Amino acid sequence: MALSVEENLDRSRLTVTSSPHLQTRVTVRGIMLDVAIALLPAVVAATYFFGPWALAIIASCIAGAFLAEAGVSWARGREIPLYDGSALVTGLLLGLTLPSDVPLWIGLIGGAFAIGIGKAIFGGLGLNMFNPALVGRAFLVASFPVLMTTFRWPHDSGAWMGSGFDAVSTATPLALLRWSDVATPYFELFIGRIGGSLGETSALALLLGGLYLLGRGVINWRIPVSYIGTVMLLTWATGGDPLFHFLAGGLLIGAFFMATDYVTSPITPRGKLIFGFGCGFLTYAIRGFGGYPEGVLYSILLMNATVPLIERFTLPRVFGVGVKTDAN
Amino acid sequence: MAAKTFRGGVHPPEFKELTSSSAIETLPPPDRVVIPLIQHIGAPCEPVIADETTLSKGDKVDLGQKIGDTEAFVAAPVHASVSGEVVEIGEARLSDGRVVPAITIESDGEDRLSEDIGPTGELANLSPGEIKDIIREAGIVGMGGAAFPAHVKYSPPEGATLDTIIINGCECEPFLTCDDRVMLEYPGEIVFGLEAILKATGAERGIIGIEANKPEAIEAMRTAVGDSGYEVVPLQVKYPEGAEKQLIKAITGREVPSGGLPLNVGVVVNNVATAVAIARAIKSGTPVYERVVTVSGDVVARPANLLVRVGTPIRALFEYCGGFTESPARILSGGPMMGQAIADLDIPVVKGTSGILALSDRVAAMEEEEPCIRCGRCVDVCPTYMMPLFAARYPDEEALEYNPLDCIECGSCSYICPANQRLLPRIRLTKMLAQARARSEE
Repeated sequence: MALSVEENLDRSRLTVTSSPHLQTRVTVRGIMLDVAIALLPAVVAATYFFGPWALAIIASCIAGAFLAEAGVSWARGREIPLYDGSALVTGLLLGLTLPSDVPLWIGLIGGAFAIGIGKAIFGGLGLNMFNPALVGRAFLVASFPVLMTTFRWPHDSGAWMGSGFDAVSTATPLALLRWSDVATPYFELFIGRIGGSLGETSALALLLGGLYLLGRGVINWRIPVSYIGTVMLLTWATGGDPLFHFLAGGLLIGAFFMATDYVTSPITPRGKLIFGFGCGFLTYAIRGFGGYPEGVLYSILLMNATVPLIERFTLPRVFGVGVKTDAN
Repeated sequence: MAAKTFRGGVHPPEFKELTSSSAIETLPPPDRVVIPLIQHIGAPCEPVIADETTLSKGDKVDLGQKIGDTEAFVAAPVHASVSGEVVEIGEARLSDGRVVPAITIESDGEDRLSEDIGPTGELANLSPGEIKDIIREAGIVGMGGAAFPAHVKYSPPEGATLDTIIINGCECEPFLTCDDRVMLEYPGEIVFGLEAILKATGAERGIIGIEANKPEAIEAMRTAVGDSGYEVVPLQVKYPEGAEKQLIKAITGREVPSGGLPLNVGVVVNNVATAVAIARAIKSGTPVYERVVTVSGDVVARPANLLVRVGTPIRALFEYCGGFTESPARILSGGPMMGQAIADLDIPVVKGTSGILALSDRVAAMEEEEPCIRCGRCVDVCPTYMMPLFAARYPDEEALEYNPLDCIECGSCSYICPANQRLLPRIRLTKMLAQARARSEE
């Protein structure tokens, strides 16, 4: 009898650790992959409206991000953590914020800067203070202002042309409204047949991705709702067109994909609401009164800096704390 | 009607189908039992039989005879689980790793019942004090796993009053089905036990809380309760629904204060098996010398629910269940969320042993830790609304600010972490630091 238990028991294979002994199958890599999947509609829309060069630009950003990740890991003598997928997401996001005509070296530099300076210098994944993709974009805007602000109308859907030829320079809908008082029709904004960065033009594609992230439980409603809600409410209250501001510019990609970045947004439920409100207020202020037509980039970067402070003041009440004893 | 619940928690796979329809089988008493003198939270017992006579090697004992007791209030006596001869008063290892004094009895195979055991009289004629004495003498402790002496719970300090008794049939730990089976097979005794506790404490409201994934148990308890006025409350299927403070919050809306006890809000929570033990102690004078244990896991040949004598080595349970189909990656005492991993099969079953599990690494995987990405899932699931990721940092002054002592060690944070961070083990370190601080300040 006693043999039956010992027969199939190899004590060297026994793990003795403290509880719990079960773990979810949800992984960091799975989460990053979900974000990448959620960005696919935007990538498809960018390719459809701006041609295959859009794909090349996005790929160059991802390549730059991967190279920087590999280089930094090598220099630190660490295993190259490409498996976690965070470089993929950073590269994708950065690519989607670029204009449709930039040369590929812009993407390479931007991707490398985003990972190298935006993330690795702080110690790597989970430790960076600012959203890496936005750091990359901010760097590119500051260094190559002309390249980074030259937008072109998308080609007709049938015309899959290479870059450069027959490109017509134009302004983004936000710039048109700001300086020329020209309103772009809602439908064009919604579909994305407008001038602008690759990924911010199609509201439809971004909403699809955002809903996917919400549905999968990757992101929580608090930041997107408070962010977008604040922008629309303030616009409406001051006589602007809330729907236009909802659809135009980088608000949707910012609210769903960038402000919700785990590492650089508050972890507390109330903190998320405050963070979204702050992003919304700054976006409204920059769009309405600032020197730029668009304010999403700097709004989120500025709010990133406030995250430790917001968290400190929004810690949840711990169970049983503040309850008086013998309450019965 | 939506089932009641608390805020937070996780949904680990249940694995209960392995044993939920297996009726309780009696494990033949072993030839030799090792009975630890401490099987409860509190002071250890001394090897004494009644009348303060010391127990010695070579003494003959009967089944159910008291073999260990102490003057301390927070303690519960232990009893012989076989009849036979005391062959050693030595030590035994427990599943948490402690080595404690223990009495080894060699069975004579007769199961000769102790003369001390007999009915204690009608419940209606017993005073609250008498009921508490019976419960204490029967060595009854919380049989859900915590093993806190039951009579202590029914003795609130001056000024506090108890108005509600909750019988806990949640059994939210994966794999475990012993409470489910107890509810299906002994529902009448659970209700009797509840009645006794109400009488002992003077509380009026009696509630039986059961997770909604046990519809048959809910039905069985409703039938047993009849029109007695006790409530059977279905609860949402979620871990840790059966955690004492979370259960009280879910059912009554009352929040046990930080650092406090359920009796601070007028409630006592007892496991269903504890209620059965109380019923037996009153009806037939039987002390706790056996309990129902779930033997399960994906590598156990024939998972089962067994009625096991206290002091039986864990090895005997696995042997009865046909051994392992492959070498397990982990052997656990208790459930997979809060149970203890063990490597020693000679560890005896004690009053608080609810399950013995053997799992492969397909179920109990141990993935590499990755960097925290601050996703906040641990914050979302924490049933005490802590910030697990901050309390789990290197145990220092900063980590101490995040209320480590309020952690109930349910393990939901570690379970949910996509970066596989060992959050709970590190929070335990922070707790130890906080406790050390508190002691040095006294």
